[in-house]
Amino acid sequence: MGKPSRTGPEGRGTRPAAHELARYEALFATRTKGMKSSAMREMMALTERPDVISLAGGLPDTSTFRAERFAKLMATVAAESTARALQYGPTEGMRITVDSIVEVMAAENTLVDPENVIVTTGGQQVIDLVCKTLIDPGDVIVAEAPTYPGAVPTFSAYQADVEQIDVDDEGMPIDELERTLDRLAAEGRRPKFIYTIPNFQNPAGVTMSLPRRKRLVEVARERELLVLEDNPYGLLRYDGQALPTLYSLDAESLGRAGATDLVIYLGTFSKILSPGVRLGWAVAPRPVLEKLNLGKQGSDLCSSPVTQMFVAAYFGERARGGRPAWEEYVDSLRELYSHRRDVMLESLEEHFGDSARWTTPRGGLFVWATLDERIDTTDLLTLALKSDGVAFVPGRAAYMDGRRGSSSMRLNFAGVPEQDIREGIRRIGRGVREQLGLLGTLTGSPATAPRASGKQGGKASQGPQEPMADVVKLPRREGSRGARRSGDR
Amino acid sequence: MSAPRRVAVLKGGRSLERSVSLRSGAQVQDALGGLGHEVIALDVGETFVPELIERDAEVAFVALHGRDGEDGTVQGLLEALAIPYTGSGQAGCMRATDKVLAKLLMREAGIPTPPFHALREDSIKELGAAAALERIKQDIGLPLVVKPAKGGSALGVKFARDAEELPKAMVGAFSYDRTILLERYVRGRDLAVSLLEDPGDSSGSGVMALPIVEAVPREEEFYDYESRYEIGMTTFVCPAELPPETTARAQELAVRVYELLGCHGLARVDLMLERDTEKLWVLETNVVPGMTETSLLPQAADAAGITFEELVERILASAFSR
Repeated sequence: MGKPSRTGPEGRGTRPAAHELARYEALFATRTKGMKSSAMREMMALTERPDVISLAGGLPDTSTFRAERFAKLMATVAAESTARALQYGPTEGMRITVDSIVEVMAAENTLVDPENVIVTTGGQQVIDLVCKTLIDPGDVIVAEAPTYPGAVPTFSAYQADVEQIDVDDEGMPIDELERTLDRLAAEGRRPKFIYTIPNFQNPAGVTMSLPRRKRLVEVARERELLVLEDNPYGLLRYDGQALPTLYSLDAESLGRAGATDLVIYLGTFSKILSPGVRLGWAVAPRPVLEKLNLGKQGSDLCSSPVTQMFVAAYFGERARGGRPAWEEYVDSLRELYSHRRDVMLESLEEHFGDSARWTTPRGGLFVWATLDERIDTTDLLTLALKSDGVAFVPGRAAYMDGRRGSSSMRLNFAGVPEQDIREGIRRIGRGVREQLGLLGTLTGSPATAPRASGKQGGKASQGPQEPMADVVKLPRREGSRGARRSGDR
Repeated sequence: MSAPRRVAVLKGGRSLERSVSLRSGAQVQDALGGLGHEVIALDVGETFVPELIERDAEVAFVALHGRDGEDGTVQGLLEALAIPYTGSGQAGCMRATDKVLAKLLMREAGIPTPPFHALREDSIKELGAAAALERIKQDIGLPLVVKPAKGGSALGVKFARDAEELPKAMVGAFSYDRTILLERYVRGRDLAVSLLEDPGDSSGSGVMALPIVEAVPREEEFYDYESRYEIGMTTFVCPAELPPETTARAQELAVRVYELLGCHGLARVDLMLERDTEKLWVLETNVVPGMTETSLLPQAADAAGITFEELVERILASAFSR
């Protein structure tokens, strides 16, 4: 473990002194200085503990993908194409992968020309490549508020100036977008692109309405602005009608099936197949695609052919009745997740009570809950982790300034079984009630504590509304899991 | 150079400062290896004590921040196992890490620390302590700082600009500890005095104050958890640009605090130099200061001409000089 010892006064290790590090710091590209090592991300690392119910992940439930199937597919790849799988592939992706992508897009009612598709290492890489291609320090990106937390560090790394527009139940209000664009124009500035997650947004769960989609495409066209459409969850819809992608709307408006000149579409296999395959794609206007391709080549040469062949083999499978197996799998996910969504919404009703509001997503993986604005969900997470063993994503993570969204949280219902959803929400609810109770006492207005509505009956019921002091003194119910031992902190 | 030892580096752990601690630990490991010691890296968790016993460590280097590492917990266990360890002993840790206790001791000893009141969450619930808030606010004045009594880094430290912000700040701080402090906000310059046991110092005190590091927040008027560990949000200036007389005063004060609290080996005392009055106030003492690239103690040591490896060697030596 130790390095070979060096004796004598000259025997020094090679660890640089602090001032030398400072010298290197001056060399680090300015862009790396925007990469913040936030205490919150460090806190998120603590959510990985096995005893914690994590509603924090962005994970789908991969336990639903059966091991035998995985083994069989890998065996097929090995038997038929080992040499190819193990060799470098083309930067823009293998043709067989592109075919699968075209098939997935077709299920989203979006026609794409294979020539406009590039295969990437996860959808995340698309965000990175688009920034790499388009963003100089100080360039403007317009995004939703909240936005995908995973995009925040990327935008930050490229030193973009991000304008975030508050969403409502129907996604980004386009009139608000236009006002922002006008204001920027008055400052002599234009966004390099507009970033949107139109379906069951991560994290807000909201979906951009059809009129707004059409209007967004119009606005983009009027002002010659690129739109990055991030759609990981489009096929995971649980109720209502599927809405056309921005990509297809733009193509339609051009009267040109299969190609647009202003929308970059970002897709991924992560939620409909597996995040572990690290495979995604971008569909973009040819000139942009070529730049993305160059950027990708400099980044990783090509996305894994092993994985690409696996995905192609998977897409070649047929279920009973000849239907593509991948579609059947997505159906089963829809059924599972929609049920879990319902469980979460019921649990929220029961445990979060009147002082919180939350979105009711029609698909996807997430619910976005907003609490009393005097509660900081980052602090609440600390409490929830310590006292109750539950985790969620604090809302600040979805904002570039890391300050807004401080009383909101993102909750993932897809990644854990039903009983964990119920128990997890119950645990968070307990922490919320504790903090609200304390706030009430401190402000001298012990008003209504949100009560557990006791719909479940039995042990979960707290009975009729009780005076504040009694609520906070309720004895712990079951086990030592939730028990607060004195001096435990 | 001292003889090679089998050194267990204690890092990681389960506190909110885990990640910083892992980095501190890694730097220390590298240095110890470079010095010719045999390094046992221990991410402190469930198997901590069995592993320590099994690996037969000769000495422990405590790089564990936050809970367990700073509050005397691992120190007590190491004493039970009769394994020498770096840094302050149990009592020193407990006195320094509990800000309420530390401030009370300083106040008694006439060491200037900002006026404060401590509140326990259960006294709010069970003794109606909220009724004292009005008086507390008047006594301390607004804006004020609310912080958890135990809990390092700037996590949980809240700033209440006015009376309305206070409940939220308190509830936030209570997320980190069941006892909080409401402390007068001192506007001024953030100074950190690092202290290191000086084996060659025969003058008696045995502890040497290193050049002062000043932390200058780039944008915020107050260091919150978002700025504290973000690279680039703070500029560190070492040695701090201060009149020599002020430097001397600050260093003397830091040494007095170190001795009062019974620290050993190393520590870092954070002070505020009040704007306008030039008065020095002691905020807190950290008995397991960070040892990462951006940490203050290594920067201060470097300004004193002490390389990181020398620093680590000296800290290690403190394990045997109790």
